[in-house]
Amino acid sequence: MMAFFSQGGYAGYVWGAFGMTFGLLLIEVLQLRSSRKTTLTRIRRLLRLRAPRQASTEADRQRGTSGPTS
Amino acid sequence: MTINWFKFASPAAFYPIAGRLIPWFSGIALALVLIGLFWGFFLTADQLGGSNPQKEYYRIIFVHVPAAWMSMWLYLVLAGWSAIGLVFNTRLSFMMAKAVAPTGAIFTFLALWTGALWGRPSWGTYWDWDPRLTSELLLFFLYIGYIALHSAIDDTRRADRAAALLAIVGLVMVPVIFLSINCPDPNQCAALHQRSDPGSIHLSILIPMLTMTLGLWSYSFAAVFARLRTIILTRESDNAWVRDVIAQEASA
Repeated sequence: MMAFFSQGGYAGYVWGAFGMTFGLLLIEVLQLRSSRKTTLTRIRRLLRLRAPRQASTEADRQRGTSGPTS
Repeated sequence: MTINWFKFASPAAFYPIAGRLIPWFSGIALALVLIGLFWGFFLTADQLGGSNPQKEYYRIIFVHVPAAWMSMWLYLVLAGWSAIGLVFNTRLSFMMAKAVAPTGAIFTFLALWTGALWGRPSWGTYWDWDPRLTSELLLFFLYIGYIALHSAIDDTRRADRAAALLAIVGLVMVPVIFLSINCPDPNQCAALHQRSDPGSIHLSILIPMLTMTLGLWSYSFAAVFARLRTIILTRESDNAWVRDVIAQEASA
Protein backbone atom coordinates (compact mmCIF):
# COMPACT_ATOMS: atom_id res chain seq x y z
CA MET A 1 0.00 0.00 0.00
CA MET A 2 2.77 2.43 0.95
CA ALA A 3 4.60 1.44 -2.22
CA PHE A 4 1.56 2.49 -4.20
CA PHE A 5 1.40 5.91 -2.56
CA SER A 6 5.12 6.59 -2.80
CA GLN A 7 5.32 5.60 -6.49
CA GLY A 8 8.99 4.66 -6.15
CA GLY A 9 9.84 8.04 -4.63
CA TYR A 10 8.15 10.01 -7.41
CA ALA A 11 4.91 10.60 -5.51
CA GLY A 12 5.08 14.38 -5.92
CA TYR A 13 5.35 14.19 -9.69
CA VAL A 14 2.86 11.39 -10.26
CA TRP A 15 0.19 12.62 -7.81
CA GLY A 16 0.86 16.21 -8.82
CA ALA A 17 -0.01 15.33 -12.41
CA PHE A 18 -3.05 13.18 -11.64
CA GLY A 19 -4.23 15.46 -8.85
CA MET A 20 -4.15 18.58 -11.00
CA THR A 21 -5.95 16.74 -13.82
CA PHE A 22 -8.85 15.44 -11.78
CA GLY A 23 -8.91 18.53 -9.58
CA LEU A 24 -9.38 20.81 -12.58
CA LEU A 25 -11.99 18.53 -14.15
CA LEU A 26 -13.88 18.47 -10.85
CA ILE A 27 -13.77 22.27 -10.67
CA GLU A 28 -15.04 22.44 -14.25
CA VAL A 29 -17.98 20.14 -13.43
CA LEU A 30 -18.88 22.14 -10.31
CA GLN A 31 -18.59 25.40 -12.24
CA LEU A 32 -20.86 24.04 -15.00
CA ARG A 33 -23.46 22.99 -12.44
CA SER A 34 -23.46 26.32 -10.64
CA SER A 35 -23.60 28.35 -13.85
CA ARG A 36 -26.57 26.28 -15.03
CA LYS A 37 -28.31 26.90 -11.73
CA THR A 38 -27.61 30.64 -11.87
CA THR A 39 -28.88 30.87 -15.43
CA LEU A 40 -32.08 28.99 -14.63
CA THR A 41 -32.73 31.20 -11.57
CA ARG A 42 -32.13 34.37 -13.58
CA ILE A 43 -34.45 33.34 -16.41
CA ARG A 44 -37.13 32.24 -13.93
CA ARG A 45 -36.97 35.63 -12.24
CA LEU A 46 -37.26 37.36 -15.63
CA LEU A 47 -40.30 35.25 -16.47
CA ARG A 48 -41.92 35.95 -13.11
CA LEU A 49 -41.45 39.68 -13.64
CA ARG A 50 -43.26 39.38 -16.93
CA ALA A 51 -45.87 36.84 -15.82
CA PRO A 52 -48.13 38.98 -13.53
CA ARG A 53 -48.45 41.57 -16.27
CA GLN A 54 -49.56 38.92 -18.73
CA ALA A 55 -51.97 37.43 -16.19
CA SER A 56 -53.54 40.80 -15.45
CA THR A 57 -54.00 41.68 -19.13
CA GLU A 58 -55.68 38.31 -19.53
CA ALA A 59 -58.03 39.07 -16.64
CA ASP A 60 -58.68 42.58 -17.96
CA ARG A 61 -59.54 41.21 -21.36
CA GLN A 62 -62.11 38.90 -19.82
CA ARG A 63 -63.66 41.74 -17.89
CA GLY A 64 -63.42 43.98 -20.89
CA THR A 65 -61.69 46.73 -18.96
CA SER A 66 -58.44 46.89 -20.89
CA GLY A 67 -56.99 46.92 -24.32
CA PRO A 68 -57.96 48.93 -27.34
CA THR A 69 -61.61 49.97 -27.23
CA SER A 70 -62.71 48.82 -30.64
CA MET B 1 -32.62 8.05 -46.05
CA THR B 2 -31.63 11.66 -45.95
CA ILE B 3 -31.36 13.58 -42.73
CA ASN B 4 -32.00 17.26 -42.68
CA TRP B 5 -29.01 18.28 -40.60
CA PHE B 6 -30.14 21.86 -40.46
CA LYS B 7 -33.07 20.73 -38.35
CA PHE B 8 -30.61 19.92 -35.55
CA ALA B 9 -28.87 23.24 -36.14
CA SER B 10 -31.67 24.99 -34.31
CA PRO B 11 -30.80 25.65 -30.66
CA ALA B 12 -34.34 24.71 -29.62
CA ALA B 13 -33.99 21.30 -31.28
CA PHE B 14 -30.51 20.57 -29.99
CA TYR B 15 -31.08 21.67 -26.39
CA PRO B 16 -33.08 18.54 -25.37
CA ILE B 17 -30.83 16.23 -27.45
CA ALA B 18 -27.75 17.52 -25.63
CA GLY B 19 -29.56 17.09 -22.34
CA ARG B 20 -30.30 13.44 -23.09
CA LEU B 21 -26.71 12.76 -24.22
CA ILE B 22 -24.95 14.26 -21.19
CA PRO B 23 -25.65 11.38 -18.73
CA TRP B 24 -24.48 8.82 -21.30
CA PHE B 25 -21.22 10.61 -22.01
CA SER B 26 -20.64 11.21 -18.29
CA GLY B 27 -21.20 7.55 -17.48
CA ILE B 28 -18.95 6.31 -20.28
CA ALA B 29 -16.28 8.82 -19.26
CA LEU B 30 -16.34 7.74 -15.64
CA ALA B 31 -16.19 4.04 -16.53
CA LEU B 32 -13.34 4.43 -19.02
CA VAL B 33 -11.28 6.68 -16.75
CA LEU B 34 -11.64 4.25 -13.84
CA ILE B 35 -10.64 1.31 -16.03
CA GLY B 36 -7.72 3.28 -17.45
CA LEU B 37 -6.48 4.35 -14.01
CA PHE B 38 -6.81 0.86 -12.56
CA TRP B 39 -4.97 -0.68 -15.49
CA GLY B 40 -2.30 2.01 -15.55
CA PHE B 41 -1.54 1.89 -11.84
CA PHE B 42 -1.95 -1.79 -11.01
CA LEU B 43 -1.52 -3.86 -14.15
CA THR B 44 1.51 -2.21 -15.77
CA ALA B 45 5.15 -2.61 -14.77
CA ASP B 46 6.78 -0.12 -12.39
CA GLN B 47 9.65 0.57 -14.75
CA LEU B 48 9.86 1.06 -18.43
CA GLY B 49 12.74 0.80 -20.89
CA GLY B 50 16.14 -0.86 -20.89
CA SER B 51 19.46 0.75 -19.97
CA ASN B 52 18.06 4.08 -18.78
CA PRO B 53 14.67 3.07 -17.43
CA GLN B 54 11.74 5.39 -16.98
CA LYS B 55 10.69 4.74 -13.41
CA GLU B 56 7.25 5.12 -11.86
CA TYR B 57 6.91 8.68 -13.08
CA TYR B 58 6.27 7.36 -16.59
CA ARG B 59 2.69 6.76 -15.39
CA ILE B 60 2.14 10.45 -16.05
CA ILE B 61 1.78 9.29 -19.68
CA PHE B 62 -1.75 8.14 -18.83
CA VAL B 63 -2.91 11.72 -18.38
CA HIS B 64 -0.26 13.61 -20.33
CA VAL B 65 -0.82 12.08 -23.76
CA PRO B 66 -4.64 12.06 -23.57
CA ALA B 67 -4.64 15.69 -22.38
CA ALA B 68 -2.27 16.73 -25.18
CA TRP B 69 -4.35 14.91 -27.80
CA MET B 70 -7.57 16.44 -26.50
CA SER B 71 -5.99 19.91 -26.50
CA MET B 72 -5.25 19.63 -30.23
CA TRP B 73 -8.45 17.80 -31.14
CA LEU B 74 -10.68 20.27 -29.30
CA TYR B 75 -8.94 23.11 -31.09
CA LEU B 76 -9.82 21.48 -34.42
CA VAL B 77 -13.41 21.19 -33.20
CA LEU B 78 -13.40 24.84 -32.08
CA ALA B 79 -12.04 26.05 -35.42
CA GLY B 80 -14.35 23.69 -37.34
CA TRP B 81 -17.53 25.00 -35.69
CA SER B 82 -16.23 28.54 -36.11
CA ALA B 83 -15.79 27.96 -39.84
CA ILE B 84 -19.22 26.35 -40.20
CA GLY B 85 -20.71 29.28 -38.30
CA LEU B 86 -19.04 31.82 -40.56
CA VAL B 87 -20.04 29.99 -43.76
CA PHE B 88 -23.64 28.99 -42.96
CA ASN B 89 -24.29 31.70 -40.38
CA THR B 90 -25.83 29.13 -38.02
CA ARG B 91 -26.21 30.35 -34.45
CA LEU B 92 -25.73 26.94 -32.88
CA SER B 93 -22.30 26.49 -34.49
CA PHE B 94 -20.98 29.62 -32.82
CA MET B 95 -22.44 28.52 -29.49
CA MET B 96 -20.77 25.13 -29.94
CA ALA B 97 -17.42 26.82 -30.62
CA LYS B 98 -17.81 28.99 -27.54
CA ALA B 99 -18.73 25.95 -25.43
CA VAL B 100 -15.62 24.02 -26.52
CA ALA B 101 -13.05 26.71 -25.70
CA PRO B 102 -12.83 26.48 -21.88
CA THR B 103 -12.58 22.68 -21.88
CA GLY B 104 -9.88 22.89 -24.56
CA ALA B 105 -7.96 25.45 -22.54
CA ILE B 106 -8.10 23.20 -19.47
CA PHE B 107 -6.69 20.24 -21.40
CA THR B 108 -3.94 22.39 -22.91
CA PHE B 109 -2.96 23.60 -19.46
CA LEU B 110 -3.02 20.01 -18.19
CA ALA B 111 -0.79 18.84 -21.05
CA LEU B 112 1.75 21.52 -20.08
CA TRP B 113 1.44 20.87 -16.35
CA THR B 114 1.74 17.10 -16.53
CA GLY B 115 4.52 17.49 -19.10
CA ALA B 116 6.47 19.70 -16.69
CA LEU B 117 6.05 17.18 -13.86
CA TRP B 118 7.28 14.45 -16.18
CA GLY B 119 10.12 16.53 -17.58
CA ARG B 120 11.60 17.27 -14.17
CA PRO B 121 12.46 13.69 -13.19
CA SER B 122 13.27 12.45 -16.70
CA TRP B 123 15.00 15.43 -18.38
CA GLY B 124 16.02 17.27 -15.23
CA THR B 125 13.96 20.35 -16.04
CA TYR B 126 10.35 21.47 -15.70
CA TRP B 127 10.46 23.59 -18.79
CA ASP B 128 12.51 23.94 -21.93
CA TRP B 129 11.93 26.17 -24.95
CA ASP B 130 11.68 23.07 -27.06
CA PRO B 131 9.59 23.46 -30.25
CA ARG B 132 6.72 21.29 -29.10
CA LEU B 133 6.55 22.67 -25.58
CA THR B 134 6.61 26.19 -26.96
CA SER B 135 3.98 25.50 -29.58
CA GLU B 136 1.71 23.85 -27.01
CA LEU B 137 2.11 26.98 -24.86
CA LEU B 138 1.08 29.09 -27.86
CA LEU B 139 -1.98 26.87 -28.29
CA PHE B 140 -2.89 27.65 -24.67
CA PHE B 141 -2.59 31.37 -25.43
CA LEU B 142 -4.81 30.89 -28.50
CA TYR B 143 -7.56 29.35 -26.37
CA ILE B 144 -7.20 32.18 -23.84
CA GLY B 145 -7.19 34.70 -26.70
CA TYR B 146 -10.39 33.22 -28.13
CA ILE B 147 -12.15 33.37 -24.76
CA ALA B 148 -10.85 36.87 -24.00
CA LEU B 149 -11.71 38.27 -27.41
CA HIS B 150 -15.20 36.79 -27.23
CA SER B 151 -15.89 38.28 -23.82
CA ALA B 152 -14.36 41.64 -24.76
CA ILE B 153 -17.01 42.33 -27.44
CA ASP B 154 -20.47 43.10 -26.07
CA ASP B 155 -22.47 42.40 -29.20
CA THR B 156 -22.83 38.60 -29.27
CA ARG B 157 -22.96 38.25 -33.05
CA ARG B 158 -19.89 40.40 -33.58
CA ALA B 159 -18.07 38.57 -30.78
CA ASP B 160 -18.93 35.23 -32.39
CA ARG B 161 -17.58 36.27 -35.77
CA ALA B 162 -14.42 37.98 -34.53
CA ALA B 163 -13.49 35.11 -32.22
CA ALA B 164 -14.28 32.58 -34.97
CA LEU B 165 -11.85 34.33 -37.29
CA LEU B 166 -9.16 34.23 -34.60
CA ALA B 167 -9.79 30.51 -34.10
CA ILE B 168 -9.41 29.81 -37.83
CA VAL B 169 -6.20 31.85 -38.14
CA GLY B 170 -4.84 30.05 -35.08
CA LEU B 171 -5.41 26.74 -36.83
CA VAL B 172 -1.88 26.99 -38.26
CA MET B 173 -0.60 26.05 -34.78
CA VAL B 174 -2.09 22.55 -34.75
CA PRO B 175 0.06 20.99 -37.51
CA VAL B 176 3.07 22.82 -36.07
CA ILE B 177 2.57 21.11 -32.71
CA PHE B 178 1.74 17.78 -34.23
CA LEU B 179 4.71 17.77 -36.63
CA SER B 180 7.12 19.06 -34.01
CA ILE B 181 6.19 16.04 -31.89
CA ASN B 182 6.03 13.59 -34.77
CA CYS B 183 8.94 15.09 -36.65
CA PRO B 184 9.10 13.74 -40.22
CA ASP B 185 12.90 13.93 -40.26
CA PRO B 186 14.41 13.49 -36.79
CA ASN B 187 17.77 14.86 -37.99
CA GLN B 188 16.20 18.23 -38.61
CA CYS B 189 14.44 18.73 -35.34
CA ALA B 190 16.68 18.27 -32.35
CA ALA B 191 14.16 17.99 -29.58
CA LEU B 192 13.92 16.46 -26.17
CA HIS B 193 10.43 15.20 -26.62
CA GLN B 194 9.89 11.66 -27.79
CA ARG B 195 7.83 10.88 -30.86
CA SER B 196 4.35 9.69 -30.11
CA ASP B 197 4.45 6.48 -32.12
CA PRO B 198 1.76 4.13 -30.83
CA GLY B 199 3.48 1.18 -32.56
CA SER B 200 6.56 1.45 -30.37
CA ILE B 201 4.68 1.53 -27.07
CA HIS B 202 4.16 -1.61 -25.05
CA LEU B 203 0.59 -2.86 -25.16
CA SER B 204 0.16 -2.68 -21.37
CA ILE B 205 0.91 1.05 -21.63
CA LEU B 206 -0.95 1.68 -24.85
CA ILE B 207 -4.27 0.17 -23.76
CA PRO B 208 -4.74 2.23 -20.56
CA MET B 209 -3.49 5.31 -22.42
CA LEU B 210 -6.08 4.88 -25.17
CA THR B 211 -8.75 4.04 -22.59
CA MET B 212 -8.00 7.28 -20.76
CA THR B 213 -8.04 9.17 -24.07
CA LEU B 214 -11.51 7.85 -24.92
CA GLY B 215 -12.62 8.57 -21.36
CA LEU B 216 -11.46 12.18 -21.51
CA TRP B 217 -12.98 12.50 -24.97
CA SER B 218 -16.31 11.34 -23.61
CA TYR B 219 -15.88 13.73 -20.68
CA SER B 220 -15.29 16.56 -23.16
CA PHE B 221 -18.58 15.78 -24.90
CA ALA B 222 -20.43 15.90 -21.58
CA ALA B 223 -18.75 19.11 -20.40
CA VAL B 224 -19.17 20.88 -23.75
CA PHE B 225 -22.85 19.90 -24.03
CA ALA B 226 -23.50 21.05 -20.47
CA ARG B 227 -21.88 24.41 -21.21
CA LEU B 228 -23.70 24.60 -24.53
CA ARG B 229 -27.07 24.17 -22.83
CA THR B 230 -26.37 27.10 -20.51
CA ILE B 231 -25.23 29.23 -23.46
CA ILE B 232 -28.38 28.32 -25.42
CA LEU B 233 -30.65 29.22 -22.48
CA THR B 234 -28.86 32.53 -21.97
CA ARG B 235 -29.03 33.56 -25.59
CA GLU B 236 -32.56 32.31 -26.27
CA SER B 237 -34.11 33.47 -22.99
CA ASP B 238 -36.62 35.65 -24.86
CA ASN B 239 -38.06 32.76 -26.84
CA ALA B 240 -41.26 30.93 -26.00
CA TRP B 241 -39.66 27.49 -26.02
CA VAL B 242 -37.29 28.48 -23.21
CA ARG B 243 -40.33 29.43 -21.14
CA ASP B 244 -41.78 25.95 -21.67
CA VAL B 245 -38.47 24.29 -20.82
CA ILE B 246 -38.15 26.28 -17.61
CA ALA B 247 -41.73 25.47 -16.64
CA GLN B 248 -41.09 21.77 -17.29
CA GLU B 249 -37.88 21.71 -15.28
CA ALA B 250 -39.53 23.50 -12.39
CA SER B 251 -42.21 20.80 -12.19
CA ALA B 252 -39.71 17.94 -12.64
